[in-house]
Amino acid sequence: MSAPLTASTAAITPGARPVTGFWRRALRHRSFALGAVLSLVVLGAALLSLVWTPWPAYDIDVASKLRPPSAAHWLGTDVLGRDIVSLLLVGARSTILVGVIAVGIGLTFGVGLGLIAAARKGWTEELIMRMSDFTFAFPAVLSAIMLAAVAGPGMVTSITAIGIFQIPTFVRVTRGSANAIWAREFVLAARAAGKGSFRITIEHVLPNILSILIVQATIQFALAILAEAALSYLGLGTQPPQPSWGRMLNDAQTLLFQSPMLAVYPGAAIAIAVLGLNLLGDGLRDLLDPRLARER
Amino acid sequence: MREAPLLEVKDLGVTLNTSRGPAQAVRGVSFALRRGETLGLVGESGCGKSVTALALMGLLPESAVISGSVRLDGAELVGLPDAAYCKLRGNRISMIFQEPMTALNPMHTIGHQVAEPLLRHTGVSAAQARQEAIALLDRVGLPDAAKRVDAYPHQFSGGQRQRITIAMALACQPDVLIADEPTTALDVTIQGQILDLIAGLVAEHGMSMILISHDLGVIAENVDRMMVMYGGTVVESGATDAVFTRMGHPYTQGLFRARPRLGARKGTRLKTIAGTVPELADLPAGCTFADRCAIVEARCRAALPAVVDVGGSHGVRCIRTDVSMAAGGVGA
Ligand SMILES: Nc1ncnc2c1ncn2[C@@H]1O[C@H](COP(=O)(O)OP(=O)(O)OP(=O)(O)O)[C@@H](O)[C@H]1O
Ligand code: SF4
Ligand SMILES: [Mg+2]
Repeated sequence: MSAPLTASTAAITPGARPVTGFWRRALRHRSFALGAVLSLVVLGAALLSLVWTPWPAYDIDVASKLRPPSAAHWLGTDVLGRDIVSLLLVGARSTILVGVIAVGIGLTFGVGLGLIAAARKGWTEELIMRMSDFTFAFPAVLSAIMLAAVAGPGMVTSITAIGIFQIPTFVRVTRGSANAIWAREFVLAARAAGKGSFRITIEHVLPNILSILIVQATIQFALAILAEAALSYLGLGTQPPQPSWGRMLNDAQTLLFQSPMLAVYPGAAIAIAVLGLNLLGDGLRDLLDPRLARER
Repeated sequence: MREAPLLEVKDLGVTLNTSRGPAQAVRGVSFALRRGETLGLVGESGCGKSVTALALMGLLPESAVISGSVRLDGAELVGLPDAAYCKLRGNRISMIFQEPMTALNPMHTIGHQVAEPLLRHTGVSAAQARQEAIALLDRVGLPDAAKRVDAYPHQFSGGQRQRITIAMALACQPDVLIADEPTTALDVTIQGQILDLIAGLVAEHGMSMILISHDLGVIAENVDRMMVMYGGTVVESGATDAVFTRMGHPYTQGLFRARPRLGARKGTRLKTIAGTVPELADLPAGCTFADRCAIVEARCRAALPAVVDVGGSHGVRCIRTDVSMAAGGVGA
């Protein structure tokens, strides 16, 4: 028997304001609103690319390479004559795909391990935290290089590397906030009522740290996008002909003096996505948990 | 013939990890509680009342070291694996906490929280548990229980929330109820009502109760027997009447003099016990009360005094009961 979903989401805010109040405050919250708009632009671009792009993104037309912006090609063409707008739209898709899967990996394993660490304490907690410190010592780029050496470069490699890189952060955030919940009196009361640590974790700890995890996931999403761009730029991530913002940057670097705008477009796209998600995360932090906002 | 005790505690000791290293928060606590009997635990803040209660519930932090024996119906609880303890908690032993504002989970409806122990420990269906929860909430005096069963804790006042936690603790009709300062956080006007409610329910179900309080008045009115704790040890224990009429321990006497009295003449200074409760980490080797005792002697500090039976199972942990119990006791 668990509380209805709508009720628990409404109750994320201590003192549980009604959901309508949340949206009213959300729209008035400047960084949340701006972050949401920017993030939706990126998401919209990715969705749009599934059904429509101005030009086929994979069509190479060397004859019309490096065209300046025109009515036909709004932002011009790249060195292979591909339409920049189309590349950016399809690139958004890779970006979001990598971000979602990598953060998914990080959330699943990180939150799981963090919850176990907080519930079990003792040597289990110690072991999980040491392992997570160890993993944290390897940045995504380093693990991607090592993974690429074994499995070859590519999207799967970069997703895996970024995902693994995300785990320790989620472990720490989860364990920290879960420990705080475990110290609350209602957990003691729940234990006094005979609940085991699994039930307490699912029914008391997780719902109470959900807002923190949502905020963290948003910020980790931005980090994943940056990592994906970096890996693609280094040639370890998304492989041609699959377009990606990082690859576009890589292609553009040889022509930096000839056509600097080729680097600016994907750079701006990455900046918009990262900025949007960070603003969104900050906004959510304020909106979901006023206590957190005050602590900063 | 005397009935075998329901709960039998022998030489219970608890060592906690504090910032200043391991410290003995509870030492040599022994008592027996029969079915239907009520026992009070009184003492100043920090004397180890809650630690004792949590030790009985098996709810102390993993790092705590527990010694001695706690038997429920003859079965040893010290060292019981948590999974087995979970089957007892909320079912055979329940606890009510001091802070009704924080003892309920803000994310779940009160009906859910009261029905939970029923679902866990008895074979009832969700619908039955809900009906039962409504009946319980009604019994503890929550107005409009049937209508408000799906409301969240923040929609209730402190007194109402304490009623809800009582319903939660009593859902499975436990054998033993531990109430750890159940009214301390409440408005004075509500305190009496809640205590009456608890006493009524305990009598109704023939439960045994351990009532923890720092208020001698609350203890005097609500329990058959009492224990006075100081510095982690029980310094005096016996039938409530006996302890109040023949206070044997200098600390109990001080506590009695220090209680605020209704109708005391204006300007009468409240007597306090000189000195402060010792820090756990630097508890004296001998009598824990030695530093504040008016009749302390060198031999008091040599070793923890043994419990002296001053008649009628009235025990006093003091080596100078001849002096302390002489007419009028000790001036503090
Ligand atoms: N988890 C813990 N870790 C370390 N020390 C603790 C812990 N819990 C309690 N203590 C210490 O044990 C001693 C006894 O605490 P306890 O909570 O039992 O006091 P109490 O008699 O219930 O007081 P109060 O009336 O304030 O509730 C105190 O000195 C306290 O600081
Ligand atoms: S043993 Fe000594 S110090 Fe302790 S209470 Fe008795 S007289 Fe006082
Ligand atoms: Mg206490």
